[in-house]
Amino acid sequence: MGETRILMGNEALARGLIENGCTMAASYPGTPASEILDAIQTMAREEGYPIHAQWSINEKVAYETALAHAYCGGRAAVSMKQVGLNVAADPFLSSAYIGVKGGFLVVSADDPGPHSSQTEQDSRLLAMLAKVPVLDPASPRQAKDLVAAAYDLSETHEIPVMIRPTTRVCHARQNVECRPLSARPRTPVFERNPGRWAATPKFRLILHGQLNEKLERIAASPLAEPVAINDPGGKTRAVVASGVVLAHAKEALAEDPRLDAELALFQVLMPYPLNLTALARALSPFEEVLVLEETAPVMEMQMAGLVDRPLVGRRTGFWPGAGEMTPDVVYAGLCRFTGLEAPAASPAAAPGRRPTLCAGCPHRAAFYALMEALPNGVYPSDIGCYTLGMNMGAVDTCLCMGASVAMGAGFAHTFGSESGKPVGATIGDSTFFHSGIPPLINAVSHGASFVLLILDNGTTAMTGHQPTPALERFQVSAVGKTVSLEKACRACGVDFLEIGDPYEYDAFLEILRRAADFAAQGGGPAVVISRHPCLMDRHQDETHERRGFQVTENCVDCGVCQERFGCPALVRGGEERMIILPHLCAGCGVCAYICPMEAIEEV
Amino acid sequence: MERQQVAISGLGGQGVLFLTRLLAETALAMGRDVLSSETHGMAMRGGAVISHLKVGPFDSPLIRDGQADLALYLAEENLQVHPGLIGRKTTVLVNSDRPDPHDGLDAGRLAEEAVGRRQAENLVLLGYALGRGHLFAETDRVLETLKRLSRTPAAFETNAKALAVGLDRSGRD
Repeated sequence: MGETRILMGNEALARGLIENGCTMAASYPGTPASEILDAIQTMAREEGYPIHAQWSINEKVAYETALAHAYCGGRAAVSMKQVGLNVAADPFLSSAYIGVKGGFLVVSADDPGPHSSQTEQDSRLLAMLAKVPVLDPASPRQAKDLVAAAYDLSETHEIPVMIRPTTRVCHARQNVECRPLSARPRTPVFERNPGRWAATPKFRLILHGQLNEKLERIAASPLAEPVAINDPGGKTRAVVASGVVLAHAKEALAEDPRLDAELALFQVLMPYPLNLTALARALSPFEEVLVLEETAPVMEMQMAGLVDRPLVGRRTGFWPGAGEMTPDVVYAGLCRFTGLEAPAASPAAAPGRRPTLCAGCPHRAAFYALMEALPNGVYPSDIGCYTLGMNMGAVDTCLCMGASVAMGAGFAHTFGSESGKPVGATIGDSTFFHSGIPPLINAVSHGASFVLLILDNGTTAMTGHQPTPALERFQVSAVGKTVSLEKACRACGVDFLEIGDPYEYDAFLEILRRAADFAAQGGGPAVVISRHPCLMDRHQDETHERRGFQVTENCVDCGVCQERFGCPALVRGGEERMIILPHLCAGCGVCAYICPMEAIEEV
Repeated sequence: MERQQVAISGLGGQGVLFLTRLLAETALAMGRDVLSSETHGMAMRGGAVISHLKVGPFDSPLIRDGQADLALYLAEENLQVHPGLIGRKTTVLVNSDRPDPHDGLDAGRLAEEAVGRRQAENLVLLGYALGRGHLFAETDRVLETLKRLSRTPAAFETNAKALAVGLDRSGRD
């Protein structure tokens, strides 16, 4: 007996994986994919389902760990955000040639908008590059349903299969049917076959030929046929859509009979490889064809020349080349395509309050000290909550995971320590483990002299407080061990390493000054670990006593605490004085240190 | 109401996600189809966030411009940030400490007075909307779900009290 639950798209994917016998899953958190592994761990624990489900140190490691399970015949999955797939691109492309034994699914979540990412890249395009089939669900329910088909495809053709949800699937919630979980572990078998598993270039050529044949067979499978969403009879124009934009289009047709009367709507579940024969057959009755997909013209490129009628889409400039295809964009486009008057454009929206470091966030104090100890410096930073240090002027660059360390070294080599231009790089604890260690070793070996401030709040905060390797809850078995951040730094060879709590502001500032001196004298990278738990993390105990603070009459409304420190609990009170909002104040007391007028005191 | 589209707009930390979940779970308990869409990631750190909730036979998780039946603004400043949702048929309720052209109440202050926590303002505004009959669900249904979703009996008591304050205010004028 099943039951209906409200599941977020990511939870629906998780449910689909474990209902279909997945016995190993690995991931690194990243919006919009983070909740997939969280949900697998929770559901498996609650329902006693046997699975090795781990947070890995990064996406490449996650990919390779889970892939080994599939080499041995088990069903496995790896999940990540789209830019995580860049990190795992090497094993992704290689494993397409080699293939798998047990079903292997790669869930790569895209973020059109982008809402919480550095690019709007389309994972389906990477799937095409890798020659890996990709399924594109339109809803949480469909995401779950497609898992079974994806595992079948993967095992039938011994090939990794990608499922590509987007933010609007991942973070949508829907009522979804759930089946009870039943354990069906397979006995692992590793069949030695170096010609396949360790293929040299000569064998790679053979594997590439075999991969092409697999793709031909996959393109001919029923899963690749376009699905008619409405009655195509008597219509002159067709729309071919994949992903959540199909759902937007379907609803637009349901709500506007004028569109439904003119347009035949087809869904493609597998945008690569397309079944071009079936598509040509389905589209032959229509005078014009519109392709609707996010974010790259993946189907459109494959369909070029398919029908001898106009093919309209992103490549022809019909759709905008950037930004999310919201229901409004889709509806307006369908009206234009049908020759109907498009609705009036949306009212202009104000930018809205920007996100900010929370009141009491230890990063704020650490950034403030960094700016004081290394004035007029270059401040490369990284991916995480602390990117919001930008609001304080403490973040100059943000490229990709782990880049702060290598770029810090690059800036240091560029200016040289004698230039007097200090470099203060910042990186979070989770990001440091993810991809900060190789560049730190590189910086040590090349004598790059800069300050590296590791913001250790004991969690991966931005994505929902997933654990890092320094924490016991990272481990999935009792034999695992925590890995010390400071020991890892020392093992990288750094000669300066100090740890401080940024709430002890004055002492922390002294540490950073010493680090700045060390770097200025050309001593190599100086690492400072700023250690204080994230206040929003329910897994960690508060290490400070919440004290009450107030602004005294010494306040001259200089604005330092608001404009430079930027704590959201400090606002202008209207009487040329700041006030502290008690419902936001975390009682950290750091503002009392930084106020130049000493106008903030404990109540 | 066979179909209802509800938008909930606020700032990260104001409990927009909790309200969305509360209403979605209530709809499920009533045997209705639900689709919702949420803001996650960086914006949750105090930035402007919005949830869409659609009850009934829908396909897209997002509400088109002007199509919301009900819009709850937990932060008044978001009226300018998420203006598109409001159409001719939209009921707009605003958490605001001053009288304005929209219906609403000072949910933050009421929450602070009633339960000592401004953070319960989301439930005060929801109670107000329920009391006005603007939602697909009855109050009892929402209370049942609230009981299930509250972490402890004490938390439920606080939450229910906040909801009651909003309900109470809805009948005053």
